[in-house]
This record gives sequence, C-alpha cells and structure tokens, in this order.
Amino acid sequence: MNNLFVYLEIEDGIVGDVSLELLTKGRTLADQLKCKLEAVAAGYKLDKIGEQVFPFGVDTLYLADDKRLAPYTTLPHTSLLVNLFKEEKPQIAFMGATSIGRDLGPRVSSALFSGLTADCTSLEIGTYEDKKAGKVYDNLLYQIRPAFGGNIVATIVNPDCRPQMATVREGVMKKEIRNAKHVGKTVIMDVAKYVPDTDFVIEVIERHMEKSKLNIKGSPIIVSGGYGVGSADNFKLLFELAATLGAEVGASRAAVDAGFADHERQIGQTGTTVRPKLYIACGISGQIQHIAGMQESAMIIAINNDPKAPINAIADYVITGSIEEVLPKMIKFYKKNSK
Amino acid sequence: MSFKIVVLAKQVPDTRNVGKDAMKADGTVNRAALPAIYNPEDLNALEQALRLKSQVAGATVHVLTMGPARAAEIIRESMYRGADGGYLLSGREFAGSDTLATSYALACAIRKMGKVDVIVCGRQAIDGDTAQVGPQVAEKLGMPQITYAEEILDCTASKITVKRRLERGVEVVSGPIPMVVTVNSSAPECRPRHAKLTLKYKRAATLTEKQDAGADYTDLYTVHPYLTITEWGINDIEHDIKWLGLTGSPTKVKQIENVVFTAKESKRLTANDEEIEDLMKELIANHTIG
Repeated sequence: MNNLFVYLEIEDGIVGDVSLELLTKGRTLADQLKCKLEAVAAGYKLDKIGEQVFPFGVDTLYLADDKRLAPYTTLPHTSLLVNLFKEEKPQIAFMGATSIGRDLGPRVSSALFSGLTADCTSLEIGTYEDKKAGKVYDNLLYQIRPAFGGNIVATIVNPDCRPQMATVREGVMKKEIRNAKHVGKTVIMDVAKYVPDTDFVIEVIERHMEKSKLNIKGSPIIVSGGYGVGSADNFKLLFELAATLGAEVGASRAAVDAGFADHERQIGQTGTTVRPKLYIACGISGQIQHIAGMQESAMIIAINNDPKAPINAIADYVITGSIEEVLPKMIKFYKKNSK
Repeated sequence: MSFKIVVLAKQVPDTRNVGKDAMKADGTVNRAALPAIYNPEDLNALEQALRLKSQVAGATVHVLTMGPARAAEIIRESMYRGADGGYLLSGREFAGSDTLATSYALACAIRKMGKVDVIVCGRQAIDGDTAQVGPQVAEKLGMPQITYAEEILDCTASKITVKRRLERGVEVVSGPIPMVVTVNSSAPECRPRHAKLTLKYKRAATLTEKQDAGADYTDLYTVHPYLTITEWGINDIEHDIKWLGLTGSPTKVKQIENVVFTAKESKRLTANDEEIEDLMKELIANHTIG
C-alpha cells in the first residue's frame, strides 16, 4: 500500500526507455520514502517483461496479459490502472510523457480526482506548508516543470489527493540499472476483474511504428541549429559539419516551427534532453526552454552573429560570426588537422 | 438529423514570441506584454470540425471557450471561418482552475448543450503544454477519446475514423459516436477568414459585450439571433461548486522561479581562419572530436 507505481510502455515486448528511466528515478524516490517500487505492464505476451525491469529495482511487477490490451487503447488501460490504484492506493504514479502516457495519465487522474503534472523535468521529495489552512505536509512529491513556454519553472504539489501523478519525457531522467541480479515479485492480474468488456470500443485498423532513425540522445557530438540559421537550405551546412565530425543534427523549437528541421530533432524542454560531450549551437539565441535541454553538455560552442545572445553565457567558446562563414572553416580545419 | 460538433478552444498568451519584456523583474509573467491569440492547435481542431461539417448531413459547429469576457474574440474568429456559433463560459468562480477543474467546468457546459456528437479540441495549449483537458473532459462526460489526431478520415452518425500521428508512427483507429478528438499541429492549417462570414458576424457579441458597448443594438439582435454569442456563468450550468476553481484543483503551485542558468567563463573567438583552426586543433588534441 502507498507505494510508488510506474506504468510501463511496451512495444513488441520491449519496455520503452522512458519507462526504464522512470523506474530509475522511482527507485531513488521510493528509497527516500521507504516505500516499494511497483510497475504495471499491460499488453500481450509479457513473459519477458520481468527480466527487463527487475534489474532497475522493481519490488512488485503487475502483469495484465491479454490479447485485447495490445496495441494500447485508452479505455482498457485506464480501467486497469484506475481499479488497481483504487485497491493499492499508491502515493505516487509515473508515466512517460509520450503519446501513450499523455493519453492515459489525464484520464486516470480525472477518474481518481488526483492531480497530474505533465512533462516534469525534475522530481523531488519535500515538505509543503499550506499557510492558509495552517497545515504542513511532509514527503510530498515536488513536480517541477517549465511553464509559460519555458520562461518560468514551477514546482507543483498535490497535497491532498492520491496518487500524486507526473509524466516525464524520454531522455530527461537517467537510466541506471540498480542490481542486475535482483528479482522482485510478480503479480498476475485477472484482467476481466479490472477491465469491463465495454471498454474495447476503439478498433485499431492500421498501425505503422518506426524505430526512430535518429539517435540524438545517444550522440556524443551534436550540431544544433536555431532560427538564426535562416533557412532549411542553410541547415545543410550543419549536416555537412555533422557528417564530418560524426555528429547528429539537432534543432531548437524555433527552427522546427519555422520548418527548417524535423520535429524529431528538437532539443529542449518540449523536445529531447541531451548531454553530449560537445554541443555546437549554430544561430541559436538561447531561449530558456532550449538551454534547459542541453545545458548539461560537457562542452558548448556557440556560433552566433549576435555577440549578446543569451546562449553565450553558458558556452565554453563563443564564436561571433555567421554560420555560412564559420561552419565551412570548421569543416576545412578539422579535415586538415585530423590526420 | 442533427449532428452537433463542439470545438473546445482557448485564448492564450503567445508564449512562442516572448520578448525580454515578457518577464517582470520579480520573475512573474507580464501578461500585458504578450498578445492574446487563438491557441494554435485549437485552430487545427476547428479546421477538422469544419471539414466534418461539410461531410455529415445536418452538422453544426459550435465553439466553447472558458475565459474572461475578451475570450469572445476567438468565438467570433471561429465564426468568420465557418463556425455556426459559440458559447463563452465566464466567471470568477472558474479562476485558479487547474486542468481538472477546467475540464469539470467545460463538461458541465457541454452537458447543458444536450446531445453532442463529436467534441474536437487542440491536443494542448501553448501556455501550459499539458495536453490534459481533452482527455479529462472525455472522462468527465464518460466518452471515449482519440488523441493526437492528424485527420478525421470518415464519420457517420455512429462511427468516426481518425488518423493519429504519434512520435514514431501513425495509427488509424475507429470508434463510436459520441467521441472526443484532440488534434495535433501536424493536422492541416485552419482555413482563413471568409469575407462574407466576416461581414455577417462582425457584430456577433456576448451579452456583456453588448452591455459594455452601450449602443442600442437591441433590434439588430432580435432580427438576427445568430449574432448572439451565448454567455454562461456559474448559475447557467449544473455544477457542484467544490469541483470548480481553486477548490476543484488538486494541484497547487508551491513555487514559481525565474529560470537562472549558471554562467560559464566563455572564451570569445572571431571567425578568422587562425582562431577557428586553433579551436579545431584544441578539440582534436583533447579528444572532444576525432
């Protein structure tokens, strides 16, 4: 009772990275709260789930194995969680801020009247004082997230309602195995007891899921472009530099909105969070929401026409100049000196 | 056969073009410095609703928004583009609502409308980016939902088929009517204003707006009832006060902080050959690249 739950996202029998990252964070918080870490898997043919998640320190794994639960549809997965949560009364529940977690989370929170905070960038445990009511709450979940287009960071709490729910994007938390040999308890759920037949109203007619071709999150070098790059055509310079250095190309939200780069390349609070060895920011002014997604890069080079661009403050090297001039020179001098 | 489509829309501050004056010195948001706009994905939703209207016999499109009196602007904007009318839900009892209290209020307003067949809304609003209100309205109304919609492919009186755009692929799903559909920004852009409709609805107004204008247009609204934008306050909807506003919001804001990043000591370079070459040599030497 009153444990910390993580909803597992599963595609073709594989638990998604976002869920493993949440388990890693969940394990740390559960230790702090001295409660158990529990995970829920809903889908079909789930016999390989345990071995994937137990190393992350899962104490209890709930398995809802039913052909009708895969692929994901809203209502059955909602009923499963709502009814399980009514029994188990978790204090905290996490889901990925993905198209599944952001479809499921609000529905579950509405049914349980519990607060949900989307897209958290940090999760901590702390106290909260409600001065008006004269009450102090210990061990609440601080759900920390950017708000207002990333211009402010808000700490949200749910003092009275349980579970305290949060979603987190992939790549925001770190993924770390706790103990490769750990094996927790498995509970097989009787799906019919939790999910009424009337929930199966959505028919999935077609489904094409691609493995992402990009690996921005895992790339040691990222060449990233902003609105200042000027055009999709100018972005080709970034691709050239990236190809030369063995890097991946990223983009700011402004560049994606302007159509210079694909959405999946977006770095920042509403895109991917990255921590590469080297981050080359080209024509990026440095809106807070972008900086938050790359500030942990080991080394940052900012290339910008504007010597006062905010991103310069966090850069190790600031090159004042145009992309058209600087990038070809970087390619040239890299090739000249790399042998 | 009537087929009622309701679009949930929100007037939001334009957080995408935040200038330096958008934040006050104390770290709070200077709302006055941000223009109020039609939430972008709600416009994508309006377009899907208008397309649906042209496909389904007897269909009407009405826009529901919750907000202050000026939010009637986006209802008029919708009418200029083809919506039949709208509802403004307004009152200080709704202030301080988180997504759950907002969803409850919207659900109460929708229940008052009678039979509603399809509810369409943007996936999320740019001032909060939560994507919670659509699914929560659906839950409150006991309706199923299809989120992340890119296109409504087909709709009959009993069934709707939708193409969804997800992070890593697409899905085509179908489900029963009534249904809540939330629409992505990858969906087609909303059509522009229609000149004739803009003329026709120029004077469309809520009761508050008519009173504020002071002018005597009584005849105008009697002759042209379509110019009245329905305005509802708390007493117009069946509700339980404890689920509204601050008391109906399980989430509380503990703290708001201005974002401050730790500045580094940067090395400044120009674009001349020598400096770039030195930098590349240094990066190679310390194994950052190569």
